[in-house]
Amino acid sequence: MRAFTQHQGLVAPMDRSNVDTDMIIPKQFLKSIKRTGFGPNLFDALRYLDEGQPGQDSSQRPLNTDFVLNQKRYSGASVLLARTNFGCGSSREHAPWALEDFGFRVIIAPSFADIFYNNCFKNGLLPIVLEEKIVDQLFIEAEASEGYELTVDLAAKTVITPSGESFSFDVDGFRRHCLLNGLDDIGVTLEDADVIQHYEDARRKTAPWLFGAGQ
Amino acid sequence: MAGKTLYDKLWDDHLVKQRDDGSALIYIDRHLLHEVTSPQAFEGLRLANRKPWRIDANLATPDHNVPTTDRAMGIDGIVDPVSRIQVETLDSNCDEFGILEFKIKDQRQGIVHVIGPEQGATLPGMTIVCGDSHTTTHGAFGCLAHGIGTSEVEHVLATQCLVQQKMKNMLVKVNGQLGKGVTAKDAVLAIIGEIGTAGGSGHAIEFGGEAIQSLSMEGRMTVCNMAIEAGARVGMVAVDGTTIDYVKGRPFSPTGEAWDAAAAHWRTFHSDLNAEFDKVVELEGADIQPQVSWGTSPEMVANVAGQVPDPAKETDLIKREGLERALKYMGLLPNQLITDIKLDRIFIGSCTNSRIEDLREAALVVKGRKVAGSLKQAMVVPGSGLVKLQAEAEGLDKIFLEAGLEWRDPGCSMCLAMNADKLGQGEHCASTSNRNFEGRQGFGGRTHLVSPAMAAAAAIAGHFVDVREMLN
Repeated sequence: MRAFTQHQGLVAPMDRSNVDTDMIIPKQFLKSIKRTGFGPNLFDALRYLDEGQPGQDSSQRPLNTDFVLNQKRYSGASVLLARTNFGCGSSREHAPWALEDFGFRVIIAPSFADIFYNNCFKNGLLPIVLEEKIVDQLFIEAEASEGYELTVDLAAKTVITPSGESFSFDVDGFRRHCLLNGLDDIGVTLEDADVIQHYEDARRKTAPWLFGAGQ
Repeated sequence: MAGKTLYDKLWDDHLVKQRDDGSALIYIDRHLLHEVTSPQAFEGLRLANRKPWRIDANLATPDHNVPTTDRAMGIDGIVDPVSRIQVETLDSNCDEFGILEFKIKDQRQGIVHVIGPEQGATLPGMTIVCGDSHTTTHGAFGCLAHGIGTSEVEHVLATQCLVQQKMKNMLVKVNGQLGKGVTAKDAVLAIIGEIGTAGGSGHAIEFGGEAIQSLSMEGRMTVCNMAIEAGARVGMVAVDGTTIDYVKGRPFSPTGEAWDAAAAHWRTFHSDLNAEFDKVVELEGADIQPQVSWGTSPEMVANVAGQVPDPAKETDLIKREGLERALKYMGLLPNQLITDIKLDRIFIGSCTNSRIEDLREAALVVKGRKVAGSLKQAMVVPGSGLVKLQAEAEGLDKIFLEAGLEWRDPGCSMCLAMNADKLGQGEHCASTSNRNFEGRQGFGGRTHLVSPAMAAAAAIAGHFVDVREMLN
C-alpha cells in the first residue's frame, strides 16, 4: 500500500449528506475483477447525464456541468470535503478504489459510515473526521476562494488552512501506523501467526463443532 | 460490577490478542464469499504467495450476478460477459484453493445470507464475516457478524483474523407485541426511521424486548439484516430456544454429544441482566404501523396511512435540501398520501425478505386475487434453491403465478440490479429489499421499501394500500 505522510491539495466541496457507496460507484462497475480503473466512473450517475456502462470511453459522455467535480475550478482536486455519514451503505471497497483512482488522497467529513471509513485506510486514502462547525467553515472558505488548498499532516494529525489555521484530528494508532509506513496489515498480523494458531488449537478442543463441517 | 452485553461476550470469546495501541485481533469462525467482492482478494493472495489459513471456515456461492431465469443453462445463461467472468472467477478461485462452493447449478445455491443459516453454516456464538454489508443478518443467531471490504476478505483468508477496534454497545428494545399484519420488516423500518441512517454508527446494536423475542428466526434475520441501514455494522439478537430449535438438524449443525455441548454453550450468548449499554432506544410494538419508504435513504419512511413530508416545514437548511432532492428524485409531491403512490413494478426477494416465511406472507395476500393491470411487472425471487423447492412443495409458486406474479430462480436480483432484473428510469417499485438509494435498483429507478405483505398488497392494488385491510 502507498504510504501517506503529508499531503497538500486542492479541495472540492461536495455539499450533500448521507452520500452512499452506490452513489460513489454504481453497481454495474462492480463486475470488474480488478482493483484499478474505477476513477472515470466515480459518482457516475451524478457526473454524467447518461447511464454509464462498464468498458465505455467516458470521455465522450455528456457531463452534468452542475456537479462539483465537473467544475473547472475543482479540476485536479485531491481533498474531498463532505458532509455527515459519508460512505454509508454497501461494503464495496470499489468506493475507496474509485476515489483513489480519481486522484483523492483525503476525505474530510463530520462523520463517516464505519465500513467505508475502515476500507479507506487499506488503500492509502485518509478519512478525517472534523467537528461539524469546522467542516462548515471549510465549506465556506473552499467555496469562497478559488484554488483553496488544505495541508494534511498525518504524523502531526493536523489539517492546516491557507491562512495557517490548524485543526487537529483523531485517528486510531494502528491504522495511522500502517498508513504512515505503507504497511500491508496482513503481514503485520502474520507476525502473530503462532498466537493465532494457539488460539485456534484451544478452540478446536472447546468448540469442535466449528471445525471440519462441510468438508 | 456491570455484567457483560452479548457483544462483550462474543468479543471476549474471539479475542486472539489485544494490542497496546487499542486494536485487537479477533478470530473469525465463518467466512462467506460471493463473486463480487472476492476476486481481488484471491488475486492478492496469489500475488503475495499466501494460502488460505483454514479452508473449512469458508463457504462460497455466486448470488449478485446470477440470472433469475434460464438457470438450467448454468453459467452459459449469464448474458452479460462481464458478469459471467466474475462468476467464473469465483468458481476457479474456489476450485484452486479447495473452498466449498455452491455453484450456480447447485440446488443449495442462493443469496449468501440465506444459505448460511439454511445450511447451519451460521451457528450461534460465531464470528461471521463476508464482503457484504448485509452480513449483519447472521447476528440474528447471537453471532458477531459484519460486512467487510475486499482487503479484509483477503486478510481473513490469509490469517483467519480481523484487526478490530471494539465498538460501543447499543440496545434497541421493541416492547410489547407487533399488531396483526405488522411484520419484522415494519419494525426495523420504524427503528431506522426513529434513530436515523447513522443512528447506530460506531455501535453494535442488540435488538431486544418482547416483540423481538417473539419473532421467528426469519423475522429476526430481517431485523438484523437492516442494522447496517441504521449505520451499525453489527445487529444481534440473544440466543434462546427459538434460535436453538432453528439450528437443529441442519447440514452443518453438530449432532449427538457435540450438539448437547454446543447448545449448552450457545445458551450463554445473551446480555447479562445487569449489563450496561452506551445507548438505549425503546419503541412500543403496538405503535408500529406498516411502513413505506418514500425517499432515497432508509430513514425516509412513513406509516402507510401517512404522507410524504413537506420540505417547507423543515427548518434545518441542509436537511431541507436533502428532502427536496429526495422528493425530486422520487417524483413525489410534498404532503402526497403514501396510498396515492402508483407503482410500476413489485419486487419480492433479497437477503432481507426472500425466505419461506416471507413468501408465505406474500402468498397469503395475493391468493385468489389478481395483480393490478397497471403494473409492468411483479416478481418473486426466492432466496435459495432450497427455499424455492420448499415454496413449490407448498404450492406457493402456483398461487403467485395464478395471481400474475413471476416466479423466478434464486439470487440477489433486483435488490441491486447487477443482473438483468432492474427498474427503468422513473419507475416506482414496491420492494422488499433493504436500500432505496438513488439508482440502486436501476438508473433513475425509484424504490419504496416495504414488507412482503405490503408489497403483495401493492401488487394487487397497483398503489400502496394498508395490507391489514386485505387480511380481514
